[in-house]
Amino acid sequence: MNIVVAIKHIPSIADDLPVKGVNVDFDSVDFVLNEFDEQSIEQAVLVKEAVGGTVTVVGVDLIGELDAVLHLALAKGADKAVKITGDDPAADSHQQAKWLSEAIKGMSADIVFAGVQASNDLDGQIGAMIAAYLDMPYIGGVSSVEVSGNTATVNKEFAGGVGAKYEAALPMVVGVQAASKPPRYAPISKVRQIAQSATIEKVAPTGEASAGITFKKMAPPVAAGHAEMIEGSSKEVAAKIVELLKSKGLA
Amino acid sequence: MSNDILVITEHMDGKFSDVSFEMVGKAKELANALGGQAVAVVVGGGVSSNVFASDSTIHIDDAALSNFNPEAYGKVIEALVKEKSPKVVMFGWTVTGMDVAAWLSARMGAPCVAYAKDVRTEGGALMVSSQAYGGKLMAEVAPEGDMAIVACLAGSFPVEAGQGSTAATTIASPVDLGSLKVKFTEAIKPAGGDVDITAQAKLVSIGRGIGGKENVELAEELAKALGATVSASRPVVDAGWLPRTRQVGKSGLKVKPKLYFMLGISGAPEHLEGMKSAELIIAINTDKKAPIFNVAHYGATADLFEVAEAMLELL
Ligand SMILES: Cc1cc2nc3c(=O)[nH]c(=O)nc-3n(C[C@H](O)[C@H](O)[C@H](O)COP(=O)(O)OP(=O)(O)OC[C@H]3O[C@@H](n4cnc5c(N)ncnc54)[C@H](O)[C@@H]3O)c2cc1C
Repeated sequence: MNIVVAIKHIPSIADDLPVKGVNVDFDSVDFVLNEFDEQSIEQAVLVKEAVGGTVTVVGVDLIGELDAVLHLALAKGADKAVKITGDDPAADSHQQAKWLSEAIKGMSADIVFAGVQASNDLDGQIGAMIAAYLDMPYIGGVSSVEVSGNTATVNKEFAGGVGAKYEAALPMVVGVQAASKPPRYAPISKVRQIAQSATIEKVAPTGEASAGITFKKMAPPVAAGHAEMIEGSSKEVAAKIVELLKSKGLA
Repeated sequence: MSNDILVITEHMDGKFSDVSFEMVGKAKELANALGGQAVAVVVGGGVSSNVFASDSTIHIDDAALSNFNPEAYGKVIEALVKEKSPKVVMFGWTVTGMDVAAWLSARMGAPCVAYAKDVRTEGGALMVSSQAYGGKLMAEVAPEGDMAIVACLAGSFPVEAGQGSTAATTIASPVDLGSLKVKFTEAIKPAGGDVDITAQAKLVSIGRGIGGKENVELAEELAKALGATVSASRPVVDAGWLPRTRQVGKSGLKVKPKLYFMLGISGAPEHLEGMKSAELIIAINTDKKAPIFNVAHYGATADLFEVAEAMLELL
């Protein structure tokens, strides 16, 4: 079966996010793989291991650094890697979803995986949009997928352990919240070896879509309040916290 | 084209979620400013829908809608939106709303703003505040065109403003739901058998900053010394370091303990949804710009391991 994983390369939120004008200053941030894409790659590989097939990982190369991410995906069990040369760090979800959809059209996908969301999905998630552009059903918030013949059985999570099981006729798009097993680890030596031998297919971006929103301003949130910061060395911080908790009868 | 605001409400087990009322309250405000109507939309049966302060309520009932089904809900909402051509369609940026909002946006070529914290009009035009990048940045964006889809974070507006008793009009599904590709097959119930974190007075909550399963023990020790229970953010659970029953947040449990002591949790909107009304929130994080410091009562920019170990010596 043809299993496709659509990924998103996004500004890392682990670091500072400097703003330039009305958007992120893309030149001064690191780009990383969307955290939910790690889960979706794992779920795709698990499905392949269960029923056979090929996993193709496809993403938009926004800043010319997608290869490293694709190599990692290959090291984790994907079979093919495709990058769409978008070359626009500000490409929104609609535009990326459109480019991805056009690329996926030629892949005869039986099932498409995407991360349930990304932190820069200001205009919504690519998974749901790819489903719309390709006229496939979409289920997001998924935490396990099993495929049998032409049918996928997926578990969707609501909250607090409550969820629902669905059966869907393939092809479909799945927005993965968590893979049914924690993502596997790929040793760095394997990633390096793949980086030397793997070929990444390059595809030119085709199709146009836009979020249809104009950015007026971007800035760190103006907080209604801010924590009272406890200063000092870790030991001093610990002592002050213990004192605080004792004063409130909580320790 | 109208200036109406359609609110796609959400319900489960016969109860509407707070975000439904929050959005209806907001929709009334917008409808007033735009000269339209605030219309609550209820999809699926098994719930009494005369509970909103909306100008009107449309209740679409069909056997195929009795459980949430993203395909069926999407089709019904799309048909209704096409018929009403409202100015704004509000969804919750929730585990169900997010399955439909962006899909509808792509289907209809209408703009979508997700992670919405606020919606308002400025000089007659719509303006949305979107809390993106894990809560680190707030974007002010103006949707273009005749209709906008806005997906709102839960807890952004007051619940009370949306509560009322407007009588709903029940209609049949505007589209044929006979040949769906997606079928709901069964409900999944919580596993149980573990401590109930919603019933604990004190929680020591760990995030990805804990680094690995082997370090969870340190949090367990600290919790024991404080008479607390260990809870966690989602990545800790997804990595298999703690069971699902310990997860706090949007897709986890909502907690309101006397003490919520956070070690290495950034404060993403999805986590905040589950704990922001805790009585005393203390956060330890190495990143001084971590969004959690906008919510916690006390905080320290420090290494969680050093602080936890030092606290253990004092307790
Ligand atoms: C539909 C949906 C539902 C979700 N539901 C939930 C949910 O229920 N609950 C939930 O939590 N998340 C949920 N999420 C995930 C959410 O988006 C975030 O990914 C998650 O909350 C981040 O968890 P975290 O803060 O532990 O990790 P991160 O955001 O990675 O933060 C780790 C933090 O640890 C700090 N740190 C690192 N090392 C140290 C150290 N040595 N000492 C001190 N600090 C350190 C870092 O500075 C960082 O701030 C959901 C997401 C989606 C899409």
